[in-house]
Amino acid sequence: MGRLAARLPLVGLLAAFGCGGGSSSGKPNAGKPAPRTVVRNTGSDTMVNLAQMWAEEYRRISPNASVEVSGGGSGVGIRDLAQGIVDIANASREITASEKAQALKNTGKTPQEWIVGYDAIAIYVHRDNPVQEITFEQLAGIFGKGGTIERWSQLGAAAEKDRIIRASRMNNSGTYVYFREHVLAKQDFKLGALGMSGSKEVVELVGHTPGAIGYSGMGYKTAAVKFVSVAAKAGAPAYAPTFENVRDKKYPLARSLNMYTLGEPQGETRKYLDWILSPAGQAVVRQAGYIPVAAGQGQ
Amino acid sequence: MKPEEAMRPDSQPAQDASGPGGAAPPGRRRTAGRGPIRRLFHSLSERTIVSLIYLCGISAIVFVFSIFYFIFREGAPFLRDGFDFQKFFFSINWMPTSEVERSYGILALIFGTGAVTLLAMVVAVPFGLGTAVFIAEFCGRRTREALKILIELLAAIPSVAWGFIGMVVMGPLIVRVTGADVGANALNAGIIVGLMSVPIIVSIAEDAIRAVPDDYRAAAEALGATRWQVVYKVIFPAAKSGLLAAVLLGVGRAVGETMAVLMATGNAVNIPADGRFPFFHALDSVSTLTATIASELGEAPRIGALPDGSYPPAAHHYQSLFVIGIALFVITFAVNLTADLVVKGIRKQR
Repeated sequence: MGRLAARLPLVGLLAAFGCGGGSSSGKPNAGKPAPRTVVRNTGSDTMVNLAQMWAEEYRRISPNASVEVSGGGSGVGIRDLAQGIVDIANASREITASEKAQALKNTGKTPQEWIVGYDAIAIYVHRDNPVQEITFEQLAGIFGKGGTIERWSQLGAAAEKDRIIRASRMNNSGTYVYFREHVLAKQDFKLGALGMSGSKEVVELVGHTPGAIGYSGMGYKTAAVKFVSVAAKAGAPAYAPTFENVRDKKYPLARSLNMYTLGEPQGETRKYLDWILSPAGQAVVRQAGYIPVAAGQGQ
Repeated sequence: MKPEEAMRPDSQPAQDASGPGGAAPPGRRRTAGRGPIRRLFHSLSERTIVSLIYLCGISAIVFVFSIFYFIFREGAPFLRDGFDFQKFFFSINWMPTSEVERSYGILALIFGTGAVTLLAMVVAVPFGLGTAVFIAEFCGRRTREALKILIELLAAIPSVAWGFIGMVVMGPLIVRVTGADVGANALNAGIIVGLMSVPIIVSIAEDAIRAVPDDYRAAAEALGATRWQVVYKVIFPAAKSGLLAAVLLGVGRAVGETMAVLMATGNAVNIPADGRFPFFHALDSVSTLTATIASELGEAPRIGALPDGSYPPAAHHYQSLFVIGIALFVITFAVNLTADLVVKGIRKQR
């Protein structure tokens, strides 16, 4: 379930999909085989579903372009971009100064940021957990180093299993970094949390572990889990991670979904990004369970 | 015999030339009996094959040393830049991406590997040795052949399949039976890795048991020992170094296992032991050395040296994973070497 393993099947799947689509669409105009442009797109695990939906949708509009998507995590995407292996890196966090410098050193180009949507980090608990609301302070008490909240009873909840099982992410995932920055105020995580290798795994684990709490992208909700409303401060109103709350910036754990290119993108990459930011591309964002860039677009 | 004789006279001149496939044969050979082309072909192919076999023979050495070299090379900057031995091995804080203070302490990971290995051996040793005794001493020829094939099949199951079984079958089962808080824990991984180590233990232990001379058995039976008494009073003591070697190789397997462990342990940096009863908590999630390398290497940025030759702190994450690799290498090397020496010990005794 490691990233190494997780990345390969996706590429394979898309490649297979690509071949299938290519041969069927190739028959009618077999006389003039157009050269196929490949846009390579790697990165955030949070965005991988969305990126695949975009790639599939884009194939219909522009049959001569093929977008190859793979996951692996924001760190992997940016690293690949900095090495010039990919055209677009997906990242659910901002690029760091050192990553930028690395890219500039390797390729001579500065990564350029494109905000392509918004995501909310939802706090998930098991379906049967009675907890409805949680504050940043309580979250820091659960997940943060030195935090003293170990049991659900400390939150006044009578859960089926009293011990809190923390479902976290591997220490270089964009979601992990985002959570640390915004909820833990850049302090460290408490040791002993389960380091899950993907957004989906977090939700799955919470789904079959009654005492678990986890954070993951809002697009991964299943019937076995529920959202906990989040308040930035004790006493402040708590908001559920709904489309409206994120759009209106009421939900405190919303972040931008970014794509990075090396310098000003050219050719097919440019066209692809323009399309992603167009109403058609943004409709896919909504479909994938995320929030489009501009309210009013893609609804 | 024959090819060797045929080769010997030719080998000297050809080495002076440029080896296999080199210069044309000297003219004097034409006087030889069986036709020059055929002889040339014969000697060339002979020499090519011999040198290929030689290459294969030394390749293992080359591979081991180059693997060690590359691991060491990647980890070296971390060892050089203020490597704190005590902190690395005796701190539980594995915080390689911290924004407060990056710290690289692998104590919890060592404990995790230790816990999984220990539990694995609790499962694998009785099962493995029991199976070996049964195969070598108790069952008929046909059952033995069938069992051996089945056990080899067990060894052929890929570790990712084992990990999947751990996640999907063993996890919920453990939760249901023990009431554990979470299914991905040390016990889960221990059982899975234990089952994975069984085949290696069985095959080596069986060899060791079958190597015990039949006279021993006959003598014991003549004295009126039951079959079980023969096994534990005569065969176990006689085969003990072989059995120990089998267990040690099983340990080596368990320490080095990665994929199944990654999927079954829960990956929590946690020492599954403390002062509370029962002191060792097999139902806690843990993380192992191997799983940490596998899951973090993909995302740890490989950052080059700055112009002045030093490395930014962020580069140490990647390097520290290779230092873990060195530690693992040393551990498995020590275990395998011990097993080897133990096996050598038996050979000398005989």
